[in-house]
Amino acid sequence: MLLLLQYTIIFASVLCLVALGGCFSEHSGVINLGLEGIMVMGALGGAVTMFLLPEGTSKLVIVLATTFFAVLIGVIYSCLLAVASINFKADQTLIGTAMNLLATAAATVFVRAMNTAINPDNVSSSIQYIQPKKAFLKYFGSFEFNWFMVMAVVLLVVSYILLYKTKFGLRLMACGENPQAADSVGINVYKMRWAGVLISGFLGGLGGIVYITAGVSEWKFDMGVAGFGFLALAVMIFGQWKPTKIAGAALLFGLFRALSNVYTGIDFLAGLNIPSTVYNMLPYIISLIVLAFTSKTSKAPKAEGIPYDKGMR
Amino acid sequence: MKEKKNLLKNPSFQAILTSLLCIVLGLLIGYIVLLLINPAGAGEAIGTILINFLSRNSQAAQLKALGNTLAKTAPLLMCALSICFCYKVGLFNIGAAGQYEAGACMGLYAALAWHMPWFVCLVLAAIAGAVVGAISGALKAYRNVNEVISGIMLNWILLYLSNMILVSPSVKDVTSPYTIRLASGNPKALIPTAGLNTLFANNKTVTLAIPLSILFAILIWVILTKTKFGYELRATGFNKEAAKYAGMKEKQNIIITLAIGGALAGIGASFLFLSGYQEWSTTQTSVPAMGFNGIAATFLGGLHPIGTIFASFFIQSITDGGALINKSVYPSQISDLISSIIIYLCGFVLFFKFALNNWVSKREAQVSKVDGQVIKADDKDSKGGDK
Repeated sequence: MLLLLQYTIIFASVLCLVALGGCFSEHSGVINLGLEGIMVMGALGGAVTMFLLPEGTSKLVIVLATTFFAVLIGVIYSCLLAVASINFKADQTLIGTAMNLLATAAATVFVRAMNTAINPDNVSSSIQYIQPKKAFLKYFGSFEFNWFMVMAVVLLVVSYILLYKTKFGLRLMACGENPQAADSVGINVYKMRWAGVLISGFLGGLGGIVYITAGVSEWKFDMGVAGFGFLALAVMIFGQWKPTKIAGAALLFGLFRALSNVYTGIDFLAGLNIPSTVYNMLPYIISLIVLAFTSKTSKAPKAEGIPYDKGMR
Repeated sequence: MKEKKNLLKNPSFQAILTSLLCIVLGLLIGYIVLLLINPAGAGEAIGTILINFLSRNSQAAQLKALGNTLAKTAPLLMCALSICFCYKVGLFNIGAAGQYEAGACMGLYAALAWHMPWFVCLVLAAIAGAVVGAISGALKAYRNVNEVISGIMLNWILLYLSNMILVSPSVKDVTSPYTIRLASGNPKALIPTAGLNTLFANNKTVTLAIPLSILFAILIWVILTKTKFGYELRATGFNKEAAKYAGMKEKQNIIITLAIGGALAGIGASFLFLSGYQEWSTTQTSVPAMGFNGIAATFLGGLHPIGTIFASFFIQSITDGGALINKSVYPSQISDLISSIIIYLCGFVLFFKFALNNWVSKREAQVSKVDGQVIKADDKDSKGGDK
């Protein structure tokens, strides 16, 4: 049971972080379907950092450096979306899809090239980080506490305040609702959208490294992040684009995801004999049903997905 | 000068030009990455990716490799057509992957559990894909759910659902996670080769699927451009409200479009799995790349069904070419990298066309000024001419 709780919290942290990222991007008016790709890139940045840090580095340095590089790579990668969709008015769905494919391919190529450069016989696409990963963990009895859980909670609070209690957040949301009106009162829509996308790169990159360190100590980069970015997108929609509701949705979806990992260890669930694929499927089915009933009065930002053109006021 | 104007302003010429530009840039970036990894063999590697089957030693091996590429081009083309068809009606069918999964699942189940002949499997696969597409369509038409979001959800739902259905003992191999080979499970379900295999050094995966997929491309082009039905669908895509006021059933059109798109993707899946090229792995945890590569082929093909044929072949050819490079030095995913860069660059196509049109107009205005001729200039022209 404790294991279930532990997995639920860590998966919920990932989903919450990435969904908040999507939330910022969409509130500024840019649909971020590339979250999956941003996660892969963040995961790559963090994993390579952990791999390259010399043995005996202090725990604090490991945590800070890993987080920093995951976030940095995530932000840099999100620029691809920002440039294309804000400055060049490209189709956001197309760009997001391309970013997802590109991230997995680029990460695999990079990791394999790195592995081969270190040892010519090693052509695998995985990175191991058994030892450095321990810097993130603290044990309370058998409960494996992870510093990323704290980061997720802190960033949730910060996101809420940033979005609703600051001038910046309110302006950001204005750009996603009615960019023409926002522009007419002197808000630079392009800058705001850039900010929204970069914040989503920040949170998505962080979510990526949390995800690959959640349960395992080695990651094969040719499998990307196994659809977690899309699950986060479902969390964001289920959470109606609001940070508080996103946190709740993340906990619920995190629970399902955790169940598919550990249900065999829980007698009553193992007795039900439901295959793990059902637990994997459930979050998507639930979001689809919820969408069907809520989309008529959708809380989605009104101008999302539409490139802003100053000349079309 | 007049000739040049016509050529550069011609939409088809522009489409081909931009696609070629995307390809060249994609290959260039791929080449740079190869150079960074190991400069010694980079030129040879990018060459291998480009010429794919021609890099084989003997003619028989070349033909066999070409056959393999073609066998995989057919399903890719069907997925691309699915996305292309829906895009022309203003719908982004990112759910093609899910419809493809549904087609694969239904086709294989009908073949192995019910021992149906290939054409029945094919039709059932088309129906399964159409149903999934129609779900997205109905959600969009009646519940206002964006087809991109529902498509993504359905991709994952159907991946897990297919895995769940295909583990059934009558379908799955006992010793491996794959479904039973059709050649041993039910040879009747293999799409006939109709002698095509003899053209490709007896490559049995070269089947009727290949000419059929090309026929589908032509059919889609005819439906979209030459029929009233296609006209109505495109009108719905341009402006839903206008189509509604013109008496078209816009809700029904959305559902039908996605159902047709789904059927195309479903047939695509059966083209791959019923040709015996590969088996479905019941432990796969990621959505098959075919649906997403279809997006690449669609946009690279200039959103034109006929252009899509060539684009699909190109994408598949560089993917297969990537598998032939020296794997102890370079990762084969380099070709995925190149094709994803190409998709990314396709996003800039609209902007590029806009810039090109502007540039051509400016030049024309300048030329006409020099000549001292008074020509009727549109807004853009006069703007350029004033400078």
